[in-house]
Amino acid sequence: MSLADLSITDAVARLAAGEVTSVDLTAAVLERATMTEADLHCYLTIDRDGAFASAAASDTRRQTGATVGPLDGIPVAVKDNFSTRGLETTAASQLLAGYHPPYDAHAVERLRAGGVVLLGKANLDEFAMGSSTENSAFGPSRNPWDSNRVPGGSSGGSAAAVAVGSAMGAFGSDTGGSIRQPASLCGVVGVKPTYGRVSRYGLIAFASSLDQIGPLARTVDDAALLLEGVWGHDRRDATSYTGDYPELRRSLSSGVDGLTVGLVTQFGGEGYEPEVMAATRATLDKLSGAGAEIVEVSIPTVDVALSAYYLIAPAEASANLARFDGIRYGNRVEGETTEELMARTRAEGFGPEVIRRILLGTYSLSAGYYDAFYGQAQRVRTRLIQEFADAYEAADVLVSPTSPTVAFKLGAKATDPLAMYLSDICTIPSNLTGHPAMSVPVGLDGNGLPIGFQVMAPALAEERMFAVAAEIERLVGFTARPTLTGVAAV
Amino acid sequence: MTTAAWEPVIGIEVHVELRTNSKMFCGCAVAFGDEPNTNICPVCLGLPGALPVTNGTAIEWIVAIGLALGCEITPVSVFHRKNYFYADLPKNYQISQYDIPVCHDGHLDVDVDGETVRIGIERAHMEEDTGKSRHMGAGGRIHSAESTLLDFNRSGVPLVEVVSRPDIRSAAQARAYAQELRAVVSELGVSDARMEEGSIRFDANVSIRPVGDETLGTKVEIKNMNSFRSLERAVEHEIARQMKVLEGGGELIQETRHWDEEAGVTHSMRVKEGSSDYRYFTEPDLLPLVVDHKWVTEIAAALPELPAIRRRRYGEAGLDRQTVSVLSGAEPGIRRLFNDAVTAGASSVAAANWVTGEITAALRRSGSTLDDVALNGQAVADLVKMIEVGEISSSAAKDVLAGVMAGEGSPREVAEARDLLQISDTGTVEVIIDQVLAENPDAIERYRGGETKLVGFLVGAVMRASGGKADPKLANELLTRRLEP
Repeated sequence: MSLADLSITDAVARLAAGEVTSVDLTAAVLERATMTEADLHCYLTIDRDGAFASAAASDTRRQTGATVGPLDGIPVAVKDNFSTRGLETTAASQLLAGYHPPYDAHAVERLRAGGVVLLGKANLDEFAMGSSTENSAFGPSRNPWDSNRVPGGSSGGSAAAVAVGSAMGAFGSDTGGSIRQPASLCGVVGVKPTYGRVSRYGLIAFASSLDQIGPLARTVDDAALLLEGVWGHDRRDATSYTGDYPELRRSLSSGVDGLTVGLVTQFGGEGYEPEVMAATRATLDKLSGAGAEIVEVSIPTVDVALSAYYLIAPAEASANLARFDGIRYGNRVEGETTEELMARTRAEGFGPEVIRRILLGTYSLSAGYYDAFYGQAQRVRTRLIQEFADAYEAADVLVSPTSPTVAFKLGAKATDPLAMYLSDICTIPSNLTGHPAMSVPVGLDGNGLPIGFQVMAPALAEERMFAVAAEIERLVGFTARPTLTGVAAV
Repeated sequence: MTTAAWEPVIGIEVHVELRTNSKMFCGCAVAFGDEPNTNICPVCLGLPGALPVTNGTAIEWIVAIGLALGCEITPVSVFHRKNYFYADLPKNYQISQYDIPVCHDGHLDVDVDGETVRIGIERAHMEEDTGKSRHMGAGGRIHSAESTLLDFNRSGVPLVEVVSRPDIRSAAQARAYAQELRAVVSELGVSDARMEEGSIRFDANVSIRPVGDETLGTKVEIKNMNSFRSLERAVEHEIARQMKVLEGGGELIQETRHWDEEAGVTHSMRVKEGSSDYRYFTEPDLLPLVVDHKWVTEIAAALPELPAIRRRRYGEAGLDRQTVSVLSGAEPGIRRLFNDAVTAGASSVAAANWVTGEITAALRRSGSTLDDVALNGQAVADLVKMIEVGEISSSAAKDVLAGVMAGEGSPREVAEARDLLQISDTGTVEVIIDQVLAENPDAIERYRGGETKLVGFLVGAVMRASGGKADPKLANELLTRRLEP
């Protein structure tokens, strides 16, 4: 087994025992990247020199007993919508190709301060808009379980890298499921914490009231370790949570005995693959066997959550992406007037999905339409929050499939935005409510493609959510890994 | 229709740049006149991923402005994004407030031609300033400029927008309102409030309607007035222009017009659409702005004396309108000196005349400020009293003042040292008069013969004989008594 396949917790233990060095780990994951990148294209930028320099620095610290945190020396990837000082940051947009931020995102700052080795920048759908990574201006990422299929998105590069071992863990951003859905499609754990838990400072905004940073990892324990590495109050983000942050890893073994697990009945039926539903039910049976009470919970407004999301998210995006005008940074397309310069820069720099959402958002905020569209969507959001609050009266956690389907083939939905949008039908409600949710792999379908299971919890109840996820991980025993055969020339 | 049949309806929007240490949503310095693009960071440059954080001092100060304008303070107000594309607006949206501003429903009383007019304040809201565009070539005009340079030092400077109700009825009222508002923010110390530097900017919304009509006419916004005088002229011109259009059977369009100071006319800038084309929506990067009652109470308790109240106090102290106006407009140090002098026993009228007159003039001549000179309220009071009792003449008092300001001591010490004390002792003056009359033996006879203007000559002789130190009033009085039969 390559060091690239170690879990982070194992790697941490072996680093501590002096059995491996950070340089060893970094070399192993970068070697894996060398093997797989041509086929999978998980990364937009790999910073080999930077990674080895941090790994060497970490090893020096360890020799002198001066490590700076539990993740010191662990090689991870961040999605390319995290600002990284001096390291190209594109959000997978042609418009930002060549943009080198003068500052680090809060999460990146925390990782660097914690001695984490930053391998590079993972691929994504342009500006995190998409569910397949096919909207990357620099070409799609592919699913390591079947490279004819998408890894999901928008954090598809992060998920695929973690699944294939070209990163020990990764960070993504989740606006409507962009961490959980690719985690599900790639057979890894993906977490969207409560809104406000991880500072958004330096994360290139898609929809500010929905965006949240979170980890992707191969185990629940690893995900907890990674999340603890970046969360915490940051005064540069006014929406950053100021209260307590629990030690997640302490409650991973607390089990589900006596907990009520609510299956949300709206997640199922047409569009849901039978094998996905079967895996969901099988997981519920195992939870029941472990002492959880299983109940069915109805949250009617879930049925219109997707519609509300596709008004709110594009509305915020239309303003957030207005700054990309070619004036101060980014690839300018000249024009006769300032207006023409801006218009041409944007028309040529943004891809079709980004333009579609900007138009949608601009329209829904426009005079005469605001109340019917954006205003109505906000009312739906308010009602959804109320209904979830009621549902949590009946259940400690809520569960569902993470995605209605397993990984689909490249191009299958690329020309049908609505079909693509439906990929996030199970994940979007948690972004609208701001609640935490995570995806855990629970099996493979008949084609050997991973199926994910979603655990949702009330605001700030990450401890409970992680405890349930860890129990599912133990009960299900999902240990499958994509084979490297079929991956280009080894 | 005749001119008299039209009523102007004017509302004024004022933008006040706050002089907080740091900007509205980031830690960059607020400074005027620094090298371009030196006070900038990811936030005020609108770099990808940057987020705003509200400046608490700016909130405290807008609340102070609101309270000074008699506004209600909103306990929970909301920031909105105002979307429009402009090269010096880094995010291409401005963080502003829309339907729930921090302050609403206040008023400002202004004096115009001895009459007090109450102008309603609709709202005062918090927002951020834009950067500055400098158009190069073609005389700085945007349309023919060869290139445009951008300076983002001003980007993100806290800006308070005060919107009046359309209660203003003349160009003179518009000017008085603007001046009074400027006086208020200056008094609060929250802004440099310099029109020429753009730290306070006035836009006027002007419409006219037939007298007696309740409906509002078509509104035209006029911009680019850089002095109170140009504001008054621009409004006057715009009223006349609108009357001419309507009386000529034409129609007005809702638009923004640019005041051309040199030509004394307004030019059309752009046709204005409704406000909702800014696609306002709640700023998701900021939480609702909470200003609790306790905070408001604390801010209210710390408010300084406002100009209107001060003017009333000066009036009640017996100062005439002209002096009230000059003294209220004087810098705070001068006003403090006045207050201290009165407290130390000077009469209000004399103290006001000295601080706004000779003291201000002396400071201006030497290019110094009150901080540079040794002058306090006690000294002013002493000086005033020495004049009143005749110990020094008014002209000598100016020399005494100069000595005091130069640090030579108290007025009495300076008067003694410089030998400027008047002879106001009756006996001493009588002796000099005796001497003068002895030298002019025919004087009494000539006077009594009708040559009364001889007194002036004799007083002059007394003054000469005393080396200029005799109290001329006393000398006059004593001489007259001696000459009268």
